[in-house]
Formats: sequence, C-alpha cells, structure tokens
Amino acid sequence: MPLVEVRDVRKVYRRDTVEVPVLDGLNLDIEQGEFLALMGPSGSGKSTLLNLLAGLDSPTSGSIRVGGEEISSMKPKRLAAWRARHVGFVFQMYNLIPVLTALQNVELPLLLTPLNKKQRREHAETALRIVGLEERMHHFPRQLSGGQEQRVAIARAIVTDPTLILADEPTGDLDAKSAEEILDLLGRLNAEYGKTIVMVTHDPHAAERAGRTLHLEKGVLVGDGARPVAAGAGAVSGAGAGAGAAGGEEGAR
Amino acid sequence: MTRATLVRANLGRHKRRTILTVLGLGIALFLFVTLQTFLHTLRSIGDIGSETHLVVTNKLGIVFPLPMAYRARLQAMEGVESVGYASWFGGIYQDPSNFFANFAVDPEYLAMYPEIVVSPEHREAFMADRTGAIVGVRLMERFGWQVGQTVTLQGTIYPGNHDFTIRGVYSAGRKGFDETSLFFHHRYLEEIARNQGMDGVVGWYVLKVTDPNQAAAIAQAVDEAYENSASPTRAQTEKAFNLSFIGMYGNIGFFLNAIGMAVVFAILMVSANTMAMSARERFSEIAVLKTLGFTDGDVLRIVVAEAAWIVGLGLALGLGGAVLLFNVMDFDMGGFAPGLSVSPGVALGAFGIGLLIATASAAIPAMQAARLKVTDALRYVA
Amino acid sequence: MKIPLIYNIRSVLHRPTTSLATALGIAFVVLTFVGMLALANGFRSAMISTGRPDNVMLLRQGADSEISSGISREHASIVRSLPEVAKLSDGRPIASADAYVVVAKPRLDGSETHMPVRGVSPEVFELRDEVRIIEGRSFEPGRAEVIVGRGLVGRMADVEIGATIRFGQQDFTVVGHFEADGSVFESEVWGDAETLMAAFRGPVFQSVTVRLADPEAFDALVARIEADPRLQLQAKREPDFFAGQAQFLGTMLEFIAFFVTIVMSIGAVFGAINTMDAMVAARAREISVLQTLGFQRRSVMASFLAEAVVIALAGGALGCLLALPINGIQTSTVNWQSFGEVTFAFRVSPKILLQGMIFAGIMGLVGGFLPARRAAKQGLAAGMRRG
Ligand SMILES: Nc1ncnc2c1ncn2[C@@H]1O[C@H](COP(=O)(O)OP(=O)(O)OP(=O)(O)O)[C@@H](O)[C@H]1O
Ligand SMILES: [Mg+2]
Repeated sequence: MPLVEVRDVRKVYRRDTVEVPVLDGLNLDIEQGEFLALMGPSGSGKSTLLNLLAGLDSPTSGSIRVGGEEISSMKPKRLAAWRARHVGFVFQMYNLIPVLTALQNVELPLLLTPLNKKQRREHAETALRIVGLEERMHHFPRQLSGGQEQRVAIARAIVTDPTLILADEPTGDLDAKSAEEILDLLGRLNAEYGKTIVMVTHDPHAAERAGRTLHLEKGVLVGDGARPVAAGAGAVSGAGAGAGAAGGEEGAR
Repeated sequence: MTRATLVRANLGRHKRRTILTVLGLGIALFLFVTLQTFLHTLRSIGDIGSETHLVVTNKLGIVFPLPMAYRARLQAMEGVESVGYASWFGGIYQDPSNFFANFAVDPEYLAMYPEIVVSPEHREAFMADRTGAIVGVRLMERFGWQVGQTVTLQGTIYPGNHDFTIRGVYSAGRKGFDETSLFFHHRYLEEIARNQGMDGVVGWYVLKVTDPNQAAAIAQAVDEAYENSASPTRAQTEKAFNLSFIGMYGNIGFFLNAIGMAVVFAILMVSANTMAMSARERFSEIAVLKTLGFTDGDVLRIVVAEAAWIVGLGLALGLGGAVLLFNVMDFDMGGFAPGLSVSPGVALGAFGIGLLIATASAAIPAMQAARLKVTDALRYVA
Repeated sequence: MKIPLIYNIRSVLHRPTTSLATALGIAFVVLTFVGMLALANGFRSAMISTGRPDNVMLLRQGADSEISSGISREHASIVRSLPEVAKLSDGRPIASADAYVVVAKPRLDGSETHMPVRGVSPEVFELRDEVRIIEGRSFEPGRAEVIVGRGLVGRMADVEIGATIRFGQQDFTVVGHFEADGSVFESEVWGDAETLMAAFRGPVFQSVTVRLADPEAFDALVARIEADPRLQLQAKREPDFFAGQAQFLGTMLEFIAFFVTIVMSIGAVFGAINTMDAMVAARAREISVLQTLGFQRRSVMASFLAEAVVIALAGGALGCLLALPINGIQTSTVNWQSFGEVTFAFRVSPKILLQGMIFAGIMGLVGGFLPARRAAKQGLAAGMRRG
C-alpha cells in the first residue's frame, strides 16, 4: 500500500463570486521512501497540493490518506497533532523564529512531544549534526547565511522523525552553491535515512535529484517519464495511476 | 528549551517596547491606585468617627459657638459618661501658607481620644503650663520645633499675637489619625477671649456615651433640651459629623475620579494596542508554529503568557510602588494627604483592571491567530 | 531636501488602528488636562470676577476671611463716613456693612454644606452694581425676606421663590433670585443686614465695603484708616480679597491637574514611542529607499518627528473637542478658606485649549524623538536585507 494516496482531489478557491479550480480531480500515490519532485508553472497549484499533503488545508472534495489515515476530514485540533507527528515542512523563506537560537528553533516542534527536556535537547543536537551545523547551535538566525538557515529549517523538519518531509521550493531563495548543499542534504536524508520527501521546485536541475518528477498542469499531474529510482528502503514501484481520473493522469511507470 | 523560553524570547524581541509597555502600564495602575486610595481614604474618614462619641454643634453650623454654660446640663444628662469641649482657634504661624489646625481643648476632650498618644511626662508638663501646647509629631517635624520652645500664633478670630509653649508631642494611636494639629488649654483661650469680649462660649462639645445603642436617643434628647433656646444644638455621632464634613467637598471627588479614570483607560488602551501590535507583527511566525503542529490553544497560551508577564510586571510596579509609597513609607504628599494607605479593595480593583487589560490585549491577537489560515499567512510571507 | 508632509499623513492613514490608538491615548490625556484646568479655571474665575477694583473691603485686623472677622456697628459707621467714600446724590455713602455667616444646610443631593448668607445695607445695589434681580423682587429692609444667588438655585433645598428658609429661630421667605456676572455672590443668600444679624450673631458686622470716590484714592483711604487709632481694620480691593480666598483650593485643583496629567502624559509618550518604533520597523525598507533616493538622515529624522507630531496633534485636537461639552457643567464645593459653598462651572477657555494642543505637540515630539533617531540611524543595508 502506498504511503500517500490522493484520490480525486479537487481544490477550488473562491474569489468573490468566481470559483477558481486549482486542483481538479487529482490522483497521486507516493511510496514509502520516495523522493518526489513536483514541477509546474507558477500558479499551477504546487504549493496548494503540498499544503493539502501537510494537512494545512483541506480539499474541496476527494480524499487524502497518509499511512492509512484519512486526513482530509480531520478536525483542526487532531490535524494539528497529526502534523506534529507526521509532517516536517521546509519553506522557501526558511521561516525560523528570529528570537530563538538554531538549537531552540530545532527543538521547537519537540515541545509537542512527550520527550523530556534532556531528550529534546539531544534530539535537536542530533538533527543539527545531521545537517552539519552542530557548530552553529547557539547562533541566531540572523547570524547565519541563507543556506545555513535553510539547513536549520531542515533540521527542524526532521527532528520529530516525521513520516513525510514536504519542501516548498527549498532552494528558491538560495545561490547555486547553497542550493546544491540543500539538495545534497535532502538526497542524503532520502538515501541514508529512508525519508519520504516531496519537493516543489522550479529548477529542473534540482528535480533531477529526485527519484521521480511530476508536472502539475491545469490541475492534474503529468509524469515526465523518468524512471523512479529506488531510494533508501527501495520502493521501486512508481505512483499508481489514479482510477478514472478526469483528464487521465499518467503516473510514471 | 521550554515554552517559557519562547515566551521569554518574545518579550525580549523588542526590549524597548516591552520595557515601555510595562512602565506605561505601571504608571497607569499607579495613578489608578493613588486616585482610588485618595478618594477611599477621604470616604473612610467617616468610618474613623466613633459611635460612642456625640458631637454637639450649634444648629446653625460649625462656625457658630455654643454657650459654655451648656456643659453642666449636658454632663447631667442620662447616659452621658463625660463631656469635653473644644474651639477652633485659627491661629496663623508666621504666614497663612503655613496652615495647620490649632484647637483649644479642655482636659476631658483629650482624655476622650485615646488616638492622641502622649507620654505621661509630656501630659503632666502640659497640664502644668497655662500656655502649654501639645503638637502632632508631623507638625513638629514640619517646622523643626523642639519641646520647650515657644511658638507665636497670629490670631485670625482672636486678634493679636499669642504665645504657646510646646510641652508635649503626640503621635497617632491609629493609622490615618491626624498628626499635624496643635492643642492648647481651653482656659487659656478663655483668657484671650475675655479681653475681647468673646468669652463664655465653646466651638463644640463632645459627649462620650455609655451605650452606643443609646447614642441616637441621647442626641435627640440634647437637641430637644435646647430647641427653644437662643442657641439650638445639633447633636450627631462623630461618624455622622465626619461624613457631613466630607460631604461638603461635593462632587469634586467624582469629577477628579472620572477624569482620572478616563486617562487610566486611555493608557490601558495604548498598552493593549501595543501588545496586540506585537502579536500582529508575528502572524507569519504564528503560522509557522501552527504548521509545526501547535494548536490554536497552544498559540493562545503563548500569547496570554506574554500579556500576563507584561501586565504582571506593570502591576508589580504600579500597585507595588503605591503600596510601598503609601503603606510602607507613609508618603503624605507633603502633608497634603496624610494617612493614605492602599486598601485591599483598591488593590483588588487594580488586579481586576490588570486582568481586563491582559485579557483584552491577548484576546484580539489570539482570536486573529486562531482565525488565521496558515496557508494564507504562509503565502503572505513565503 | 525635505520629505513632504503628505508622505507622513499618508503613512498615518495607512495604519489606521495603530495611529488611532496612539492618537486616542493622547486625546484622553489632553481631555484630562483641559478638563482639570477648566475646573480650576472655573473656580478661580468665579472668585476673581468677584468685585470691582474701586470697591474696598475692610476686615478686622488679622482676620483671614469674613467668617473670622468682626466689626462693631460704631466702627462701621466711622468707615462709611470717611471722605474717600463715594456718595449718592442724596448724600448717603455708597457702602455696605455686611453681616456674613455660613449656615449648615442640605444640598439637593442630600449632602450637607455651608450656605453663605450675607446681610447687606440698602446701598449694596449701587455698590455692587453687577447684582441684578432675575426673578421675583428684592428683599425689603426690616422684613424677614431674602434673595438667592442663581448658583444655589437648583443645587440647594428650599431656595425657590416663595420657599421658607429657617435661620435660628426665625423663618425667612425667598422673594427673588439674582445674578452677579458669575461671581461668588451668586452662591450666596442676601438679605437685610439688620434683620439677619438679629437672627445670627447679634450686632456685629464681618466686613464693610465702600466705593472709592476716586479710584486712585485707595492708598489715601488705607493711610487714613491706619492713622485712626479706633479702627483696627485691614483694607483690600474687593477683587483682591476674593482672589485671595481662592488661593488654597485653586492651587490644590491645579496641583492635582498637573500631577495627574504629567504622570499620564509619561504613559502616553511611552505609547507613542512604541507606535512610532513599530512604524519605523515596519517601514525599514521604505526608509532605505528614501535614503537611496538621496534624502539625508536629517530629513528622515525630521520626517518621522513630523509624523509623530501629526498623530499627537490629531489626538490633541480630538481631546480638545471632547472637552468642549464639559464647558459650563456646574459643580460646587465648600471653599474652606471662606468656609462657604461656592458654585462654579467648568470653564474651557481658548488659552486652556491652546495649552492642551501645545502639550499634545510636546508629547508627539518627545514620543517621536527616539524612534525618529532610530529611523535616521538605520543603515541602508538594514532595510534591504529582509522586508
Ligand atoms: N488562498 C487562496 N485564495 C485564492 N486563491 C488562491 C489561494 N491560494 C492559492 N490561490 C490560487 O491558486 C493558484 C495556485 O496557487 P499555488 O500557490 O498553489 O501555485 P504554485 O504552483 O505554488 O505557484 P508558484 O510556483 O508561484 O509558487 C494560484 O492561481 C493562486 O492565485
Ligand atoms: Mg508555490
């Protein structure tokens, strides 16, 4: 069973009286341990899809199951708890809390876990070590470079050992070299730690690092034909084609 | 790190703002407590008045005297334990701006007020001196007077200069009782008055009654006894007498109160705005917290904790400052308002206002944060 | 180069809630300031507007108020006949020997006060020509009649025309109401001196007031009185005497006004600093752009100061506006110096409003200074780094 099953998802935004369908009967399967890149023109709904997967928003209709749990119908409070447990989110603009140190930023999501103070600190330090910033633990965000900030943000995303890591244009604001480091890091998380990653990107070069790339166009997904690369745990099969999706989705095979 | 770390970090974000908000709140609450304490103290003067003391004045008003001859008859009335009398002297020390109260009293009068605490030696020295005076400890300090010193008062009612020798110092046996008066022998006043053809009268009588429950009946009996005389009386309990005195201020207190409250309210609003502003600036961060899995309740608790800290510090400063100033250091606004003391009721009022402001300043941003759609907030920042 | 003020006004309007909260804070402080000064001013002007400068008031030597004074009938008539005193065409002196007492009476709200009662000579309406009957008629000498100042009407019990007031063992009928240009006389009950003296203290006056035949003759009159060994009297021009009676309460009201408003203005200034700081922070990028465009630090600073002053003045204007309706509201209290009830109204004068506006402007300047300096000091890079 795929880790993520998206079925017939529609997302419609209402602007005044006009309804704007952004996602229109979208189907998507993501296997455990996959590294998936999402591409598509600006405004095509990539962020919208990612937010739905993260449980930050709910679809107008359709179903989203992650690890067998239906998240599209959860109440806000349960959803928040679910997010804390299962999702690590990486933003384009890093979004670190400026008044907290790197370590404290990473520790933040652990406040929602039953871990004690000592364990929280250990976990956070481990996460920072994984992203290679153990030296910068006590620096504040403004004392870090953009690339370093993003690495702290990634550490924050992985510190709870979430089921899914979702990254929305994580290299969008970075220079080429820093972007490369971030992509290396995401690749390593996928390969060494078996993390399931969905990354939105505009950069084809970045997309190459992923095992599979999907294009979002006119509200549905279009595969790019690239073969899924076995990653970490080695899920080989690609995303299954959604049954009877309007417009016909061609998942990678 | 704990959640408290986050709250502390947020408070330190704009240090100047946090400090100014705390100070602003502290000032507002200080003023609130001061004004309320002032009015409360004024009102409580009525409570100080004893129920076992009857004050007998001329029915026409306190400025009209009563014949000294009334004393014997009052003393003989049923239920009256003792009778004392006093007269307002109205002497000026050097300059009218040095105003303080000075009375002529008979020995009985002093004995009726256990609040006027004088050492036995001082009392004895005072009794032995025809022109002796007993002076409140604060008045002694104000003019740097010494026991044994002669002070000269210019008469306003009784023309001429009159000398008094300070024979004793009194202090208040109860907080709030005046310590700024000068008492001297009524017999000395009679000497002065005799020369000016104003003798044979007293300002007012004080009756000590054996049973406070009989006070009203005795008061009525007194008034009836003198109803048709040349100087009808008005007898009332000391408490009622004090209250009617306070009543003469009219609604000035009300105006001062209303105006003061308006400004307190204004500053509270400014502080609430500042706190709300601080939260508003961080909507994107709140969105991040929510993305990380913090619930609306979690966010609310953080916002409330911040407001509680600021208000708590403001309260500590404003209320604590007022309590320190009035209750501990006995500050009397330069003799202008002695006996101020922050009452539990006023302190509770300050707490209530603090609670209100904390709630108001936390509620708005917390509500906005709860309504905040994470996706929108993130679009806005990212 | 200067940054145009319209830029600041737009900025203020761009953040309506924050600007409004700050302006309101200042408005309330100004409202308080104006309100309290109006109270003190109303009291003082009631006292100061009492009397004519060519009237001279005589009290017994040493007396600090009419209540503590006493002048015998004999001395009163000596004073009346002094040559410096103006005469009517029929030769009577323009003078009044007043018997003044304060009588314990209830206000309509139930609280007790000391109602001033003044027994006057028949010539008093020539002497104090500001006094005019507005309803009913004047009292007739020798009869138990009184007239009541309009300040007491509606505030005290039993002062309507036809009502009876009991003084001692005698009943007096209210036959008229009078006005006196807003002076303290309007808080008094007037009647015939002889009749009232009989009801009160017996044959002793508290003051004698005379009109000077020559307004310049004050010193001559004083000299003559001092030279007369029989007269132990002190002389004051009538307005000076009443102004003196306002000293204590007036000063106290002003003291409270300044104490409260100064303390509160500190709070308001703190609020203004916070708001302006937030505005500066929110506009870091804008400030950088201004500097990139070539505006000098000084102009940036001036611009933010101007903005703070604009907010403060708007608040000040609002405060003044809110204060206007309190003008004319009547209140009363016992003036402990004269021992009698004084009725007076809040008086919002243009001078007080101007003071309020200046005060608001100062609050704006003080509150805007630190933030403006912060804005000016901010480097170009700070604004460009992150929005
Ligand atoms: N909250 C919203 N209300 C209304 N319309 C929205 C909302 N969020 C997104 N949209 C619209 O939905 C469409 C998809 O937005 P989305 O942010 O998902 O695009 P995207 O693919 O991430 O674009 P980009 O590459 O520029 O980030 C856009 O047309 C956008 O205007
Ligand atoms: Mg996007």
